[in-house]
Amino acid sequence: MCGIAGLIHKGKSSNVGSEMTAMLQALKHRGPDSTGFAVYGEPTEGDYIMRVKCAEREDMESGRGFTEVLHKRIADVEALLAEHKAVVKAKEQATAYALRYLISHDGDTEDMARHIEELEGVEILSLGNGLELIKDLGDAAVVSDTYGLGDFQGTHGIGHTRMATESDVDIRSAHPYWAFPYNDVSVVHNGQITNYWIKRRQMEQKGHRFMSNCDSELLAVYTADNLANGVSLEESLKRSIDEIDGVFTYLVATKDQLGMAKDTMAAKPLVLYESDDLIAMASEEVAIRAILPEEIDTTDPYDEEVRVWQA
Amino acid sequence: MAGVTDSELQAMTQEQRVEALGLTTEQLFGRSLLIEFNPDEEERYTYPWAPDVFYNKRVEIDTDGLTTTELNNKMRAAMEEGNGTIVIKNPRGMHSVGVGILNRLTLEVEGSLGYFAVGLIDGPNVRIKGRVGWSCGENMMSGTVVIEKNAGSTFGAAIRGGDLVCRGSVGSRTGIDMKGGTIIVGGDTGALSGFMMQRGRMIVCGNAGKNLGDSMYDGTIFIGGDIKSLGVDAVHAELTDLDKAWLTRKLQQYELMPDKGVDHFHKIVAGKQLWNYDNLEPNEKKLIL
Repeated sequence: MCGIAGLIHKGKSSNVGSEMTAMLQALKHRGPDSTGFAVYGEPTEGDYIMRVKCAEREDMESGRGFTEVLHKRIADVEALLAEHKAVVKAKEQATAYALRYLISHDGDTEDMARHIEELEGVEILSLGNGLELIKDLGDAAVVSDTYGLGDFQGTHGIGHTRMATESDVDIRSAHPYWAFPYNDVSVVHNGQITNYWIKRRQMEQKGHRFMSNCDSELLAVYTADNLANGVSLEESLKRSIDEIDGVFTYLVATKDQLGMAKDTMAAKPLVLYESDDLIAMASEEVAIRAILPEEIDTTDPYDEEVRVWQA
Repeated sequence: MAGVTDSELQAMTQEQRVEALGLTTEQLFGRSLLIEFNPDEEERYTYPWAPDVFYNKRVEIDTDGLTTTELNNKMRAAMEEGNGTIVIKNPRGMHSVGVGILNRLTLEVEGSLGYFAVGLIDGPNVRIKGRVGWSCGENMMSGTVVIEKNAGSTFGAAIRGGDLVCRGSVGSRTGIDMKGGTIIVGGDTGALSGFMMQRGRMIVCGNAGKNLGDSMYDGTIFIGGDIKSLGVDAVHAELTDLDKAWLTRKLQQYELMPDKGVDHFHKIVAGKQLWNYDNLEPNEKKLIL
């Protein structure tokens, strides 16, 4: 089933971390397997925020010997950062396997990212100027608490509660998805993509990387590919209605925009609230009410509807 | 089809077969439809186990801190105590509220509800001041439900009787599989509204999305605005004086009468080209089944 949610404050920052946590916790019944957040703070021009995962949760239960493996992986990541002349300005470690680096880097960031992901068991969850992508097993409250998301200030964010249907219960199959070559893009999706393998092969032929077998990752790669080729977010969303088969409602966030698209059947839900300074959307109204308890007017976007909002 | 033999059916025209098999809106039967058309029959309004309630006995229930089950149990307890008017406060999009109410009741919801609001009801009069999520009034048998704001998709799915009214706009697949009753929408409706509709009537004052009335068996859809496209086997029909009188009565009843009246409404019915019922199948197959 899965639950998706997103919000964007127009022209101001807010406590997006706690707001997204409240919205996703209200959607817990739609998917208890994993929870993910993509939240956007003030862009750090010139610097990059890199979120990296060096193991799956199940790896951590594979015995004491794995700790050494994990330490080696982390050391290898940092060695590669140094090799690519990236300066680590700050390092945070929320769990034994999840790290956040604030780096400055003048070189080819995509090339550096590809080298890092060549390390066994290492996946870059996000890389960008404003994006912080956090995902792990458990409900929204647990993940938010583990990663200290409650105090996060930002302009917008999207999130996902996952009920695994197409792939395993693990972090690599959790949403949101990020994809290079376009920094700061993230996607959450509720639905099934039926031409996944065809489109995946097309994207792989273009040189794009897939880190999971989850159909939702395709939407991130597809969107990143479009944006990197100069296609606007709105146009990319519109094209997806024709080019992606299946039933889907998905949200896309970039450094300063938030967009939504619904398939031709309108088979997956989305409830939308719009005011002058806040746009909030979720699979169910209960999620919006978690941050707006007062009486509000909401609507359901129709089939093939595409919307984009600016922060 | 009691009393009609296979040979008699075979000798009939398609129209006659339809009538003999009770497959048209002209041959209504069933409990919920009898309620609509025989309001004087007191015993049809109540189930033997339904509590006696009094409309002037009123109770307010605040949903804060309650689960859906606790809220619905509180409502049932209130009805057992004779309360004929229940007011729900602060629902904030809660799911499955008021499901399965099978007796007379005035239910006022001061806010919005989530999925499956007042589904499977038979008898109550409901007013929801906010909006509702997906599948409001699903399988409703009788009574009236009025939503002041918008509604989600599958509004009135498989409804069998009563009036289900949304003053705002509704999502997709409105009245999917509806088998009776009336759905009234003040605004627009989404794609595939009336999909596989079997009986009943739907009125939409605004526009309709694509594939309206797709694969509908019977029933009637009235659209006041534009229709993006008709579904398979849905066709336009002439709006009769009887239709206009009925539309006027229903829309005035719920204060949704358009300024320009009802003359501009489109009437959509089943083309009945997809019909292929068992009465046309050979006896050998019936014996096997």
